[in-house]
Amino acid sequence: MLENGLKVLLLENHKSPSVTFQVWYRVGSRNEEDGKSGLSHFLEHMMFKGTPKVGPEEYSRIVAKNGGRSNAFTSADHTVYFATMSREKIGIAIELEADRMANALLDGSYFEPEKKVIMEERRLRTEDNPTAALAEVTGAVAYTVHPYRRPVIGWMGDIEGLSREDLQRHYRRYYVPNNAFIVVAGDFSTPEILSKIKATFGKIPRGPETPKVRVEEPPQRGERRVVLKKEAELPFLLFYYHAPNFKDPDSFALDLLSVVLAGGRSSRLYQELVYHKRLALGVDADYEGLSVDPTVFSITAQVMPDKDPAEVERAIDSLVARMRAELISERELEKAKNQVEASFVFGQDSVFGQAMRIGQYESVAGWRLLDSYLAGIRKVTAADILKVAKQYLDTDRRTVGTLIPIKEKKQ
Amino acid sequence: MKKLILVFLSWTLLASAPPVLEARLTPKRSVLENGMVLLTSEERALPMITLNLLIKAGSRYDPQGREGLANLAARLLTYGTRSRTALQISEELDFIGAGLSTGCSEDLATVSLTLLKKDLDAGLNLLADVLTASVFPPEEIDRQKKSVIASIRARDEEPGAIAQTKFLEALFPGSPYGRPVEGTEGAVERMERAELVEFHGRFYRPNRAILAVVGDVSHQEITERLAKVFQSWDRGAAAEEPVPSVSPGPANSIYIQKNLTQANIIIGHEGVPRSHPDYYAIQVMDYILGGGGFSSRLMDSVRNERGLAYSVYSMFDAEKYVGTFQVTMQTKNESADEAIRIAVEEIRRIREQRVGEEELQAAKDYLIGSFPLRFDTNRRLAGFFAQVEFFELGLDYPDRYPEMIRKVSRGDVLSVAKRYLQPEKLIVVVVANQEKAGIKK
Repeated sequence: MLENGLKVLLLENHKSPSVTFQVWYRVGSRNEEDGKSGLSHFLEHMMFKGTPKVGPEEYSRIVAKNGGRSNAFTSADHTVYFATMSREKIGIAIELEADRMANALLDGSYFEPEKKVIMEERRLRTEDNPTAALAEVTGAVAYTVHPYRRPVIGWMGDIEGLSREDLQRHYRRYYVPNNAFIVVAGDFSTPEILSKIKATFGKIPRGPETPKVRVEEPPQRGERRVVLKKEAELPFLLFYYHAPNFKDPDSFALDLLSVVLAGGRSSRLYQELVYHKRLALGVDADYEGLSVDPTVFSITAQVMPDKDPAEVERAIDSLVARMRAELISERELEKAKNQVEASFVFGQDSVFGQAMRIGQYESVAGWRLLDSYLAGIRKVTAADILKVAKQYLDTDRRTVGTLIPIKEKKQ
Repeated sequence: MKKLILVFLSWTLLASAPPVLEARLTPKRSVLENGMVLLTSEERALPMITLNLLIKAGSRYDPQGREGLANLAARLLTYGTRSRTALQISEELDFIGAGLSTGCSEDLATVSLTLLKKDLDAGLNLLADVLTASVFPPEEIDRQKKSVIASIRARDEEPGAIAQTKFLEALFPGSPYGRPVEGTEGAVERMERAELVEFHGRFYRPNRAILAVVGDVSHQEITERLAKVFQSWDRGAAAEEPVPSVSPGPANSIYIQKNLTQANIIIGHEGVPRSHPDYYAIQVMDYILGGGGFSSRLMDSVRNERGLAYSVYSMFDAEKYVGTFQVTMQTKNESADEAIRIAVEEIRRIREQRVGEEELQAAKDYLIGSFPLRFDTNRRLAGFFAQVEFFELGLDYPDRYPEMIRKVSRGDVLSVAKRYLQPEKLIVVVVANQEKAGIKK
């Protein structure tokens, strides 16, 4: 931890000659207000428009010229900037990131063109993508007051209405060392990189404390349903069940539950819906526990042509009912644990993936939790899985989104 | 589980010497008795192994009227063998947490397997089983046919995929390179079991295969185990294989109506195959034009200056026998015309004027500097080794690459731009709400 409140997490790993350097700001759509959605993401774009020292779009060029790759992304919980370079060159990215933490210009002459770019991004990712559009509207119904109800990219009308002053305020408020942390993974030497970080980021003064988000989603009492009618080929079903995040000890059992349901072709959902009943082209179950506030457990199914989404829903319902009534076998439990453990090892193959995982843990519950993750998984019993299935896969706590394709007349 | 955590922590102990780049990128190579080429690289940092198998059994071998046969055969590999049902295969794989997937392109079928070191024997048995003893059970064929047909339909809701299909169809008419590997709904429906069995018997042969293995295993160890599990896998007859001849289609404009907010645009024409001597100069030129991500000219003029698109890039995609050049972008319907005009202007500009010295240097610096970093996972290494072998680039390719890029001059860039960018031959595909796009035809 530097004196200005910036935390630094380092993981040396010399299996390949690259280093990933990431700056995580604890700000995302979760920190936004109604009418200003998309602000964090817009700011992420404008962070590439230069500082007094570095010209617009120069950041990416400088990194590329030195053989590296760089980019950034925004989620509900954070905004992350990253560069992957060789050990000899990574110092360049460190200097550039420190510079723009303190000195981004957010130059007004680039504001309008960039707004258009973001609107194109929204058209590409959401407007013309039926399943993404379904996820957006279903999320907006699953959460009633918590900011997770807003899309990270922002509603189109909100994006249009954002001003440069909004961005400047957001930047001053959240881009301070005490609201950020750094993750470095890969082929570097700890003393070298630490002194480089101190010499650059260490100079940036601590900022005021950032405002805390204290909104709590009230408990859901009764199923909610949402239908999206849109040009598409296949219907799509999406179930969001409210669930706790990784801070809760139930999260280990929830992780395994998602694997029992949809981990591989021998999983329950796959066997039942895709293989035996041939109702779905694909299925998935996902528990995204790495979120700052309580989250959702999702189940999705892409419906086969000519099959009725209602029939698919009934099949999922009866399968979930079984999960909530009967213990899974010891072998099924062992299989799920083996899958989680293997994918944990496979996940370490990429330094970028490793850094991502450390960052996500840090932002939710502290990076140390990562070390006890597998031990936590090992301890889960079949009774634990039954318990979380009963508690969280509750019809009254879910939102069901259905995509109904409408066909346009062929010309 | 303790063991895995120890491995995790012990990386720092390996810190002493940075690895030699060229050695990392140069696999051990041998040819097994049955003709399979084996490439390996020991990566001991993690207790895992990645296997990547390429086999010359892609859709270019589909018989006429049976388009989609190769793809269906590849998909069905893991759905039943002489000794295992489809469910047994997935049970065994899932129980060890391994990933086994199959794929199919125009030239190649692929099988890839990622597993923990301790499960190597179980994994190799499965791999050998699906490659050599697939039986194509009738009910599984029926199931996979329906699934492929559904996938063909699902592609129709992805505007980018529609544009890509139409572009290739116009560029390589009547050729396997001009149609989707999945084939057509009709052809897939008609496929019979005997055809799958025959295709498998003929093309799934070790002397048509390249296997790259990267991870916690030595060349000798894997060679011995492969010899055992692939004992009964015999060479196929060395059939004559003529190099496919492909004649590109003429300039054309194709407008597909979809009720979308954005026009999905591809403009392009024929490129060069991977073995082409100008390949490296072309890659440098393309980086400057539109291949260079945030550093490219197309990104500057289409996105940064005018805010017309979120994503815009160009690419010379070079396969073994064919290549394509394409510019891909999406912009709101109303600005489709403008975006196309600007992209074409950029194509003309790089053909008419020499690129700047700095621009050239930046492109070369990126391509050379990023080369060793591009293969930073076992999976990427395994993919790279198999490609180098398939394209016959030679084991010394990583050592030669920097020099081939370094020697490209401004004159070379201009000359390859003039020769391989052909504005008069452009095929333009626009998937959009055509009324709003209102392109001046």
